[in-house]
This record gives sequence, structure tokens and C-alpha cells, in this order.
Amino acid sequence: MSSNHHIVPFNVYIKVLSALLVLTVFTVLVAQMDFGVFNVLIAMGIATIKATLVLLFFMHLKYDNKLFPVIFLAGVFFLVVIFLFCEFDIMTRIPESSVL
Amino acid sequence: MSVNYLNEKKGLTSWLFTLDHKRIGILYMITVFTFFLVGGVFALLMRLELFGAGETFIPASVYNQFMTFHGAIMVFMVIIPGIPAFLGNFFLPLQIGAKDVAFPRVNLLSWYCLIVGSIVALCSLFFNGVDTGWTFYTPYSIRTDNGTLWVVLGAFIMGFSSILTGLNFIVTVHTLRAKGMGFFQLPLFVWSLYSTAIIQVLATPVLAITLLLLSAERIMGIGIFDPKLGGDPVLFQHFFWFYSHPAVYIMILPAMGVISELITTFSRKTIFGYKAIAFSSVGIAAVSFFVWGHHMFVSGQSEWVGVLFSFLTMLVGVPTAIKVFNWVATMYQGSIKFDTPMLYANGFLFLFVIGGVTGIMLATLAFDVHVHDTYFVVAHFHYVMVGGTLMAITGGLYYWLPKMFGRMYNEFWGRISFFLIFVGFNVTFFPQFILGFMGMPRRYHDYVPAYEPLNQLSTFGSWMIGLGFVVVFFVVLQALFKGEKASSNPWGAVTLEWQTDSPPPHENFHKTPVVGKNPYEYS
Amino acid sequence: MSTVEAKPHKVAHHFDSAEQEVAASKLGIWLFLCTEILMFGGLFVGYAIYKRMYPEIFLQGSTFLDWKLGALNTVVLLVSSLTMALSIYYAQKGQSSKSTSCLWLTLLCGFIFMGVKYIEYSHKLHLGLAPGAFFSYTETATLQGLPLYFSFYYCMTGLHGSHVLAGMVLIFWLIIRSHKKHFGPSYYTPLECVGLFWHLVDLIWIYLFPLLYLVE
Repeated sequence: MSSNHHIVPFNVYIKVLSALLVLTVFTVLVAQMDFGVFNVLIAMGIATIKATLVLLFFMHLKYDNKLFPVIFLAGVFFLVVIFLFCEFDIMTRIPESSVL
Repeated sequence: MSVNYLNEKKGLTSWLFTLDHKRIGILYMITVFTFFLVGGVFALLMRLELFGAGETFIPASVYNQFMTFHGAIMVFMVIIPGIPAFLGNFFLPLQIGAKDVAFPRVNLLSWYCLIVGSIVALCSLFFNGVDTGWTFYTPYSIRTDNGTLWVVLGAFIMGFSSILTGLNFIVTVHTLRAKGMGFFQLPLFVWSLYSTAIIQVLATPVLAITLLLLSAERIMGIGIFDPKLGGDPVLFQHFFWFYSHPAVYIMILPAMGVISELITTFSRKTIFGYKAIAFSSVGIAAVSFFVWGHHMFVSGQSEWVGVLFSFLTMLVGVPTAIKVFNWVATMYQGSIKFDTPMLYANGFLFLFVIGGVTGIMLATLAFDVHVHDTYFVVAHFHYVMVGGTLMAITGGLYYWLPKMFGRMYNEFWGRISFFLIFVGFNVTFFPQFILGFMGMPRRYHDYVPAYEPLNQLSTFGSWMIGLGFVVVFFVVLQALFKGEKASSNPWGAVTLEWQTDSPPPHENFHKTPVVGKNPYEYS
Repeated sequence: MSTVEAKPHKVAHHFDSAEQEVAASKLGIWLFLCTEILMFGGLFVGYAIYKRMYPEIFLQGSTFLDWKLGALNTVVLLVSSLTMALSIYYAQKGQSSKSTSCLWLTLLCGFIFMGVKYIEYSHKLHLGLAPGAFFSYTETATLQGLPLYFSFYYCMTGLHGSHVLAGMVLIFWLIIRSHKKHFGPSYYTPLECVGLFWHLVDLIWIYLFPLLYLVE
């Protein structure tokens, strides 16, 4: 009855964890250097690679129902929507003096 | 009388700990109508205060609290749970031929969330009440009396009720459909509940975090929404309306689903444009996430965003109009029977179109700046929310009453209730359009004497609506205790819920139905 | 090593088959995860907006955090994610005692994470780096808006920490059931659902760590 349940090989789990740990070291190292405006982009890029690994292997998205990534990405999509609209609003507002 | 969900178990605990979706639906019905009574009394009291210019019998501070309670109760405790959690809970599994919703325990939990949330919200009465309006705009909501915190936390808890119901419905529709029922054999009420559930799941969490931050703001002064500490109060409005605008469609989409059922049944004709109506439900749900800024045209948000939101808001008119045209086309050359539910459906069409068209007017940026925060806006959203949702929930109640309780209601008094509510509604709210044009601002307990005649007319109308709902109440009571026994399919409808007994047995169907044809095929 | 389940799982009455029940549970938990993303998302959006508005404040704020503790917690959560996944792996293979041990390890990681959080919090509160109105740090000159950074710090890590705690309670519940041999190759849905929740908590920390501890 669990025939549709894919068992991920043990080695894959170990490899994924190794990759995650290497990336963690990498993100700390990169943070010591200054790439100007790219700092945040690089940090977020690495975090997204790590998140994708967790999603695909630990959370079994690679092997599971394809509806699940759609649901997950829908959440992310609407997050981007709310961020873009708010940011667009604040950037195009008539500037006024802040209290800070 | 045969064994059914009502009489299979007895006693209060068998109701309070029930996992049967039908019983939970009935629990929601009692809860929602109780809160409707409370919110309605607040509305009548406000209208009474507005009968004459000047302070008549309640001072401004009390009026502000009445207004807040009326808004918060009606939004969070009546129309958001109204159709999905009451009619939806009862009929979604029946309409797709399932034995229950996917997670019965979660379903019961969501009812308790609503109850606990409303109790927490009512605690505010011990802390000088709350006078922010149901929108809790910062920075006022940070500085005003302590009752606000309780209402905010209450709304936070009620949000879980909404999320859990939506989650349950999506899973139920995906996994528990009867054999042979594809997505395009789903009744349109189910399509509308499905679209609503998407909004509930995607939008409500943002309200949750907003209300949590507002609570933290009040408790710890975190400053995220407080301009004094560098925060941005307009950001609060963005977050709030990111939920609360889609929430408007949580209120109206299920109503549209009910209307689809009523119109096809009482026209004895296949629904016109099934797929168009189904997709327009999903379309409204999708568009709803891109239009929230039209609540903030004068809030200080950027003019550029205002123009963008104004344009996007117009798009809502497209799927909405598709639905209305399809309903009218369904009635065309049908054998229409004007029983009470059909009267309510037609009342919905009439009122909803007025509400919708004035909505397009308000979406127009330049026009909105003129009438913003006037009674024009009040009239507009009451035409949609009351004229739309409340007409649908009452029509749906009459339509499904025989199925829920196995009794028929009194047709004559049913029609009387419709005419009282329909006429009373227009007498109440149409003058408010004119008052809005004349410049009467909303949310005040007082006005200049020039507005007095129309305000008095409006208050007369509110009494008619009140009387209409008293009649509804007695019609339902009479049906429950003295009504004729209903057959399993008194209306000759074709969706699955009419194929089982009235009232249905515990697991809904004696034999799980198999679906082979499209819904709404009248032979 | 027994592959026999002491107590076979009974499918709930309203489902036709075990497959249907599993499909429903997983769909439900994924929808729930989606709501979690949007809930945390509100904080992330707020963070992004204010960081662009007040870059100096966020830069100064992050200097008060110890990235070593943050990195330690990252490693702890990543390892706990592995043990959680392995617990399912062993359940699928029918090795229930190994599965239970993995759950214990996951719970232990949760305790370490919360312990480190406790050290961080108490150190900051001791210095007066408290959220919002309670901010009373005076040892060195700070920017006027610094409390705003700590508001975000406490709200984000606090909401995340409460999720770690919730996850730990759920894992403890799994351990009890696992000891009773409720799970095996034919039924391990609760393991999977709680596991998904636990991975999401890890996922959020993957973003929180660079944003809070490493911003430049």
C-alpha cells in the first residue's frame, strides 16, 4: 500500500547535509568580504540554494505529488506581490522628513 | 422517523464534541445568527442615533464603540464564516458525494477557534471597549484604550478558524470527490467554496502576522507601525488590506455560488456557461490579491501606486459581470418558479449589480478622492455585503432548510420576509448614496441639519429590515417545529445532496453515489 | 529488528482507502506550510522595506549579534533536519528502534537550539538591548532608531523560536507513539507531516541567519 512511496537512499541524505554545511561555511566566508550592492543578493542566493536542497530532498518534493511545489510557490509568489507593491509605494511616495 | 444525523445521538455533549460536518454546520448556523442578531442590534441603535441631527441619545464615544462592534462582529463573526462555514460545511461534502470533510477534528477545532476568538474579543468590554473601527488603523489603535488589544487578539484567533476551514475544503475537494466526479462535474457552489478557500489560506496568514505585530506594538512598543519610532503606519494599511480586500471576496464568492444553485434550480434549466462561472470564481480569487490599494487612495500612499491599483481594480468587474450575465442567460426562457429562494436570488442580482457598478465608480481614482469616507462608500459596501451576501445566505437557508431539517417552511411568510428585507434595504441604503454625494462623512454620530430628511428615511428602512429578519426567524422556527415533512427533493434539483434523505443520515448517503454526467442536467 | 507493527493503523471512517488518507494528510500539511510562509513573510517584507529605508540602523544592529552562535544554531538545525528525515527513512525500512533514536536526536537538537537562543536573549536583555519601548542600552553611542532593528530581531527569532518549541512538542508526541510501535513501512504519515513542519522551521532559519547575523 505504500508502493507509491519513494524511499530516498541513505547516501543522498548524507550528501545533502554535507552540501548544506559547506554552503553554511561559504555564506559566512562571503559575508566577510564586501561586494557592494551584491552582498544581500549573494547571501540570499546561497540561502535559496540551501532552501531548495531541503525542499527537494528532505521534504521529498523531488519525488512527491507535483501539486505540492505549486502550493509552496503560490505562497512565495504572493509574498513577492505584497513586497513589490509596498516597495513600489514607498519608493515613489512624495518624500517627507522622517523622525530618524 | 428514520435515523438521521439529528436524532442518532442525543445530549449537549454529542453536539459540542461532534465530528459530523452536518452537526458542525448547524453549530455554525446558531453561532453566526446569534452574532448577526448582536451586530444587527448595534446597527439599529446607530441608525436610531442618526435619526436626528445632533446628539440624540448616545454620546460620540459610545457611538464609535457601537460602530466598531457592528463592523467587527459583522465582518469577522458573521459574513466571513457565514456561508462557507455554515452552508459550506453542511453541503460541500454532500454535493461531492463524500461522507465527511477530510479532517473532521480540524473542522470542529475551527468552530472552537471562532468561539474562543469571539469570547476574547468580547473581553474588550471590560477594558473600556474599542473605538478604532474594525480596521484597527495605526497609530490610533496603538494609543487608544486597552480594549483594542483584546479585539485584535480575538480577530487573530478567529483567523485560524477561517484558515482551517479553507484548508479543509481544499483538501476535501481534491481527495474526497465521488467516483466519476471530475473538477468539471463539481456543482458551482463547490467551485465558489474552493475559490474562497484559496483566498482563506493565502490571505489570512498575512492578517495574522499584522495583528500579532499590532499586539506587540501595544505591549512592547516595537515601533514597526508607529511613526514616532520610525515605523510606517501606511505599511500597516498595506498589510491589513492585503488580507481584508481578498476577505471581501471570502464574503461574496460563496454567495455567488449559492445564487448559481438557486437560479438554475428555480429556472428548471441547465446553468448557462458552467465553465465561465467556474473559472470566473477562480479569476475573482486571483485578481483579489492585486487590488487592495484602492482602500488607501487618500492614505498617503504614492500616487503612482494609486493609479496602478485603480486600473487593476477595474479588472474585478470582468469576471463579476461574466457571472451576472450567465445568471441572467440561465433564466432566459427557463420555467421560472418564484418561490422564496428564487425571490432572494433575484433580489441578490438587483442589489449586487448596484453594489458592483458603484464599486467600479469608486475604483476610479479621481471619483474616489471626492467621495472617500463618505456615506457613498458605506452604501456601496452594504449593497455588496448585505444586498449580496445576506440575501444569498437567507435565500440559501430557505432553499436548504428542507434538506437540513426535513421540514418545509411557510411559503407565504417566506415571501413576506423577502419583500420586507428587499424594500427595507433599498429604503435604508439608497438614500446613503445621495447623502454621500452631498458630502456626509461616515463614522460620525452627528451631521449638519441639511442631511436630516434622508437620514430619517434611512432609519425607517432599517426598521423594515429588522422586521424582515424577525419574520425570517419565526418562519424558520415555525418550520422546525410545525413544518410539513419535506420529501428528499422538494425543488426537483439535480445536485447530489438532493439524492439522499431529508435530513441526511450520519454518513450522508446510504450508498456512495457514482457520478456519470455533468451537473445541472434537467431532463 | 521487527518489521511487524504492534498496532496496525485503522483508516478513518470517511476515507475509502489508506492512499486517500495519506494524500489528504499531505495535501493538508502542505497547505498549512503555505500559510506559515505567508505569516513569516509579513515579517520578511517588513524587514526588507525597513532595511532599505534605514541601512545604517540595520548595519549597526547586526554588530550586536554574535554570528558564531548563529552559525552554530544553523548547523544544529540542519543536522536535526537530517535526523528527522532519517527517522522517516528507518520507519520506511521497518527499523523502528533506529527511527525512534533519530527522533530523540532531533529533539535533542531542538533543545540545543533553544539553549543557544536562551544564551543570546539573556545576554542581550542583560545589556538592555530589549525590543522597542524597553530598549535601555547606553554603554556605547548608538543610532537613534536602533530599537527598530531589535524589534525585528525579537519578532522574527521569537516567532521562529515559538515554532521550534511547537515542533519539539510534536516530536515528543511522535516519540511516544514510536515507542508504542505505531509506525512502520505501511503507516508513517504523522512522521512525514511533523517532519515537513520541522523542515520548514529549518528553512526559515536558513533565511533568518544571513539576514540578521550577516548583513552588511
